[in-house]
Amino acid sequence: MNIWPFSKYCSPFTLHHLGIMGMNQRNVNYIGRYNSRSLYPLVDNKLLTKELALKHKVNTTMLIGAIKHQYEIANFVQVIKGHSGFCVKPAHGSGGKGILVIVKTENDLFYKPNGQALTFSDIERHISNILAGLFSLGGKQDFALIEDLINFDDIFADYSYEGVPDVRVIVFLGYPVMCMMRLSTESSDGKANLHQGAVGVGLCIRTGKAVRAVQKNLPIFKHPDTGADLFKLQVPSWDKVINLAASCYDMSGLGYIGTDIVLDKKHGPLLLELNARPGLAIQTANGAGLLPRLHFIEQFVKRHPQLPPDERVKIAQQYFGVKEL
Amino acid sequence: MISRGVYYLVVCLLLLTGISLMIYQHETFEVPYFPSNKNIAWNIEAKISFDTKNDASGPVKVSFAIPEQQPGFNIVNETTASPDYGLNFVEKNGHSRVEWSKRDVMGPQTLYYRIEILADKNATHTLMTVPEITPNVTPEPYLTALNQIKEAAYSRSTDPFSFTREIFNELRNQDQNAKLLLHTMSKAEIVINALNLANIPSRIVKVLRLEDGRRNQKLIPFIAVFDEKNEFQVFDPETETEGFKENIFIWESNSNSLIDVTGGSNSKVRFSIVRNNISDNKAVALKHDADNLKYGSRFDLSVHYLPIEEQAVFKVVLLIPIGVFFVVFLRIIVGLKTSGTFMPVLIAMAFLQTNLVVGLIGFIAIVGIGLIIRSWLSYLNLLLVARISTVIITVIAIIGFLSFITYKVGLTDGIKITFFPMIILSWTIERMSILWEEEGYKEVIKQGSGSLLVAVIAYLAMSSAIVQHITFNFLGLQLVILALVLLMGNYTGYRLSELKRFKPLAKEIKEPQGELEADRLKKATNDLKKGK
Repeated sequence: MNIWPFSKYCSPFTLHHLGIMGMNQRNVNYIGRYNSRSLYPLVDNKLLTKELALKHKVNTTMLIGAIKHQYEIANFVQVIKGHSGFCVKPAHGSGGKGILVIVKTENDLFYKPNGQALTFSDIERHISNILAGLFSLGGKQDFALIEDLINFDDIFADYSYEGVPDVRVIVFLGYPVMCMMRLSTESSDGKANLHQGAVGVGLCIRTGKAVRAVQKNLPIFKHPDTGADLFKLQVPSWDKVINLAASCYDMSGLGYIGTDIVLDKKHGPLLLELNARPGLAIQTANGAGLLPRLHFIEQFVKRHPQLPPDERVKIAQQYFGVKEL
Repeated sequence: MISRGVYYLVVCLLLLTGISLMIYQHETFEVPYFPSNKNIAWNIEAKISFDTKNDASGPVKVSFAIPEQQPGFNIVNETTASPDYGLNFVEKNGHSRVEWSKRDVMGPQTLYYRIEILADKNATHTLMTVPEITPNVTPEPYLTALNQIKEAAYSRSTDPFSFTREIFNELRNQDQNAKLLLHTMSKAEIVINALNLANIPSRIVKVLRLEDGRRNQKLIPFIAVFDEKNEFQVFDPETETEGFKENIFIWESNSNSLIDVTGGSNSKVRFSIVRNNISDNKAVALKHDADNLKYGSRFDLSVHYLPIEEQAVFKVVLLIPIGVFFVVFLRIIVGLKTSGTFMPVLIAMAFLQTNLVVGLIGFIAIVGIGLIIRSWLSYLNLLLVARISTVIITVIAIIGFLSFITYKVGLTDGIKITFFPMIILSWTIERMSILWEEEGYKEVIKQGSGSLLVAVIAYLAMSSAIVQHITFNFLGLQLVILALVLLMGNYTGYRLSELKRFKPLAKEIKEPQGELEADRLKKATNDLKKGK
C-alpha cells in the first residue's frame, strides 16, 4: 500500500528499510565516529599519503616531483624532463579539483587529453593557483605534485573518455564494503567524479563484475560516448585490487575511507589516493544501501577483532558478493 | 567522545532555562509574547557630545532643551547619565531645559538624556503655547510676492490647515514669486510669513521621526500651524505633506536653541530610538507613577538596561541567531546547497537595511558584474590573494557606481546597498567564478539561487515584527535556539533533497528478484549478535 503522497520524493521509511545511508548519517555516525581528526592530514595531503604508502609497501602512483614555492615553478621544465606525459595535482585537493593531465609534450606545447594545447605560462598559472590554495580545502596554502601518467589497462580503453578510470572501494574498519568503477565521460570533462557527470559502475565485491551502472543518478547500460556495454565490464586481477584497498586501513588507521585505485598496464593496481569523506553515490551505482553492510561489519568486528587483510576480504566477499565466480 | 547522556542533558537544560526565562520575563514584567500596536513605548536617547580644552581644565555649563507634554504622547520617564556633573531641571521663558554643570572639565565629553514616551491617542494635553503674530517686516519686493501667494492660497482654503497646503501649491504654481522669495528665506520661513500675513499663528518646531532601531538621528524642522481652538498640525516643508502624528515627536517647540554649551565647543546632539511593546498593566502603571517604577527592584534580564544606542545595535545582533538557525535547518534538514556557509545570513542582514526588492536587485547586479570582471581577471594570471583583493576593490567600485546611478535616477533606497558585506561578496564572486570554470554555469546558478533562497527565507524570518519583538524582549529565546541548533547537529536522518536523490534507486531495488540484500544482512547481523 502506498500512502506516501509525494511522487517525486521517496518516503524516508522506505529508504531506511533499504538501508540507504544519508549525508547526515555518514557525517555523524561514520566519519565523525571512526575517523579521528588527527589522521586527516594523512589523506588530505597526498604527499603524506604517498610516503605512508611507501612505508607500508602499498603500491602507489609514481611521483615525479613536487613544487612547494612560487620560485620553483621556473624549474618545472627540469622536473618533468624525460616525461612526455604527466599529471599536476594539488597536494590538498578534493573532488578532482585542480588536476591537470598532460598526455604529451611537443615543441614547448603541452597537450591535454582532449587535444587542447597549453603553453608554459598556462601551466605556470595553474601551478601558482595551486600554490595559492585555490583548490585546497579551506583555501590553505598548498603545493603541487607532479605524477607520472598512468597507462591504464587496455580493457578499459572502450570504457573511458579522455580520463583515467579508477576503482573506488569503501573500506570500513578494514573490510571492503562496497565498490564501483568510475568512468569519465565527455560531460564530466575527463573527470571521474559522479556529480560532474562521470559514469559509476557498481562492482560485485566477490568477482569485480559490473552489477549496475548509473550516470547523473539514473541507470544506464552503455557508455554515453563510446557505446561500450557497461555490464560486460570486469576488473582484471580483482583480488589484488580488493586486497590493496583493504590494506589501506592498516596503513592509515582511518575507520571509514574511500580508496581510489587505478590499474596500470605495467605496475598493476596502484593506490591513487585516499578519501576521508567518500560520497554516497556509490549506493546508487550498486543498487544497494551501505547501512546493512556497515551494521554487519560493526557486529562482526566485535566478535572477531584484528583479522589480517586477506581474511577480511574473504569475509566481505562471502557476505557482500552478489555474483557467482 | 562525550557521552550521549551529557549531550541530551545539556540540550534539555538549555531548553528548560530558555523557556522558563521567557515565561519569567512574561509573568514578572508583563512583556507580551506578541507585538501589538496597542501600547507602544518609545525609548529615545539624546547623546550630547562636545569638546573642551585638552590642556587645561575649566568650568562647563550645558543647557539642553527637553521635550514637553504634547498630544498623542505621554512622557512617562526621563533619566540622565552624566558622570560627576551637577544636574538641574530649569525653566527658561516658560520652557523646561536640563542643565549640566561641572567645574573642572578636560577633553571630549559625552552626556546622555533618556526619555520614555508612551503613544496615547487620548492624550490631548499640550504645553505648547500659541505663538504671537509678529508684525511683518518683510521688505519690498518680497512682501508683494508673499501677498500674492497668500491671497491666492487664502481664496481657495477654508481653515488654517488647508490654507497651509494651498501655500505649498501656490509656491509651485507661482514659479517667479517662489524663486524670488527663496533668495532670502527658506521654504519654511516663506510659509510662516505667509501664514502670519493671514493672522494665523505658526512656528518652526524641531521634531524627531520615530522609527525603530534608528541611531545617529538629527532633529528635523517642521512647521506647526495652529487653528482658533489652539489645536495644531505639523507639516514637513521638504515633502510638503502633513506629518503623521503617531510617529512625529516634537522635541523643541519654542524657537529657543536646542543646546547651549558654555566652556566647550563642537557640540553635537544625536538621537537613538527604540520601540517597545508593553502590556496594558505596565502601560497603566507607567502612566500612574512614572518615577516610582514598580519593577525597579526585581531582577530583569533584558537589554533594556543598556543605553538606547546599544539597544538599537542589539536589536539587529540578536536577530543573527535566527538567521543562523534557518541556515542550519535548510542545510541539514532540507539539504540546500549554498556558496559559503553563512554568507546568506550576512546577505539577509543587508536586505534588512535595504528592503527585499532593492536588496535582491543589488545582489544580483553586484555578483553579475563582479563575475564578468573576474572572468577577465583570470586571464591575467594573478596570485590568489592579489586577485581576491582586486575583486574586493572592484566590488566597492560597483557598489559606489550603483548607488550613484540609483540616486541620480531618484531611487534613494539604492544608496543603502553600501550595507552589503563587501569582503564576503568578493569571496562569493571568486568561488562562483571557480565553480563556473570547473563545473559550468548551471552549478553556479544552482548554488547562487540556493544562497539567495536561504537569504530570502532568513530575511523574511528576521524582518517579521513578531520575531523582532520576541528576540529583543526575551533573551531566553537565544538559549532555545542554541538547544535546537545542538539538536540538529546530531540529526542523522535523511535530508529532504536526499529523498528526491534516492527516489530512482529506491524504486528500482524495492522489489528484488530474490531476497532483499538489506533483509539478508540484517538477519546475518542479528545472528552475530546472538552469537551463532
